Amino acid sequence: MGRFKTALKYSDITPKADFLNRRQLMAGAAGVSLAGGLAGGLATPAVAAMNAAKSKWSTTQEPTAYEDVISYNNFYEFGTGKGDPAQHAHALTTDPWSVEIGGLVNNPGNYALEDILKDMTLEERIYRFRCVEAWAMVVPWVGFQLSDLIAKADPQGNAKYVAFETLMRPEEMHGQKNGSFPWPYVEGLRMDEAMHPLTLMATGLYDEPLPNQNGAPLRLVVPWKYGFKSIKSIVKITLTETEPPATWNLINAREYGFYSNVNPNVSHPRWSQASHRVIGSGLFASKEPTEMFNGYGDAVAGLYDGMDLSKNF
Amino acid sequence: MSFSQTANSAARKVPAWPLYPILLLPGLWLFWSVLQSPGPNPVETLEHGLGEYALKLLVLGLLVTPLRDLVGVNLIKYRRAIGLMAFFYVCAHLLVYLVLDNQFWWDALVKDITKRPYIIVGVLAFVILIPLAITSNNRAIRKLGPKRWRLIHYGAYLAVILGAAHFVMLKRTWQTEPLVYLAIALVLVAYRVPKLIR
Repeated sequence: MGRFKTALKYSDITPKADFLNRRQLMAGAAGVSLAGGLAGGLATPAVAAMNAAKSKWSTTQEPTAYEDVISYNNFYEFGTGKGDPAQHAHALTTDPWSVEIGGLVNNPGNYALEDILKDMTLEERIYRFRCVEAWAMVVPWVGFQLSDLIAKADPQGNAKYVAFETLMRPEEMHGQKNGSFPWPYVEGLRMDEAMHPLTLMATGLYDEPLPNQNGAPLRLVVPWKYGFKSIKSIVKITLTETEPPATWNLINAREYGFYSNVNPNVSHPRWSQASHRVIGSGLFASKEPTEMFNGYGDAVAGLYDGMDLSKNF
Repeated sequence: MSFSQTANSAARKVPAWPLYPILLLPGLWLFWSVLQSPGPNPVETLEHGLGEYALKLLVLGLLVTPLRDLVGVNLIKYRRAIGLMAFFYVCAHLLVYLVLDNQFWWDALVKDITKRPYIIVGVLAFVILIPLAITSNNRAIRKLGPKRWRLIHYGAYLAVILGAAHFVMLKRTWQTEPLVYLAIALVLVAYRVPKLIR
């Protein structure tokens, strides 16, 4: 058998009661699939994603409708329009999947995703998500803390940054045929940012495996930074001593800094970051004011003590 | 009878006024569909959709002259309706930006209009089009005389370039669709340059 598939369908919006009910059904289905998977000698990561524990890091805000989360995406590997990823990402093969972990670590290697997931604790993390284009969502991710994975890799003393790389496979990711973009997509975090408990490696959302358009099968989620920092479909993680390159920063350093923390006081040169539109709020809703660090200041402001955030934007 | 003769004799029979309601239809349809199924970001859908209709009609208006010169099809009697409906879509686009997108959040709007280049370029295109819209009637042509009237209406050349530039500038990368609009706008205006110099 291949990846876990569900016959259950979301409606356009998922009322709370239905959602909870569905979640129970999913738990049951996961059990069945797990048994089938083991019998066939294949435990898929998707199966594990069903048993995510609750987290104290989750917001109590109402999540954005599933339909909106999976149909309004920036994933230039599949086209530049918001609807392009949902339309084209089905072409991506996410199983088998492996991640090359290397650089300044004592346990380097090319690890199969299912081997990585065996040792990780999956949690549901309901996070605010703020795009640099001034729109926002609330997403119930499923994933594990990046800090757990880095600890497994056993970083060496001089590791100061973590570099990430997205899959490069133009035959499945047709956007990568556009030569004006420096593929593959790369991103990076400072070590303390990467080790922060909020920093998540997501494998699912809404208690289901990640849809391809949302960065399947493994993506980063850093909720206090603009969305483009949360690199999708990761195949490579490298610990480095020097600041790694980040794609949008390479394209336009004036508009996209390495840090890219959500900051209402530092405008994008072409538009304001003081407020954002809430996805799914309808035609007549007003924008919402954007909070410093996307509202995660209590947890992360300390990482940037003494830094001028208007210079290190 | 050649194609251009057929087209011209048809144009003589078909009046221009139905063009106003016909060109209104795509906007009404867009508004209706956004009300019916708003999707993730209905404000953006409406705002961008209306802006693109405006740009399309501006381009269409500038096609009338080359069509007459190069193909021999004379659609000049429809140009006013095309131009006025382009202005209608510019206004609708601006109204969605003011009312639905920013909800008259004045300090944010003032910052946008004074600090954001793509907003400034868009607003400039709108301002340039205002006198064109006001003088798009027979009385204005008579009062101004054809020379002065034509001078005012050269503003359309600037407006279409600014409109396309506004579209190019709001994207995060150089994207094909807005660049195609800009290229078409530049070609259509460049076509006039020799005549303007003479």
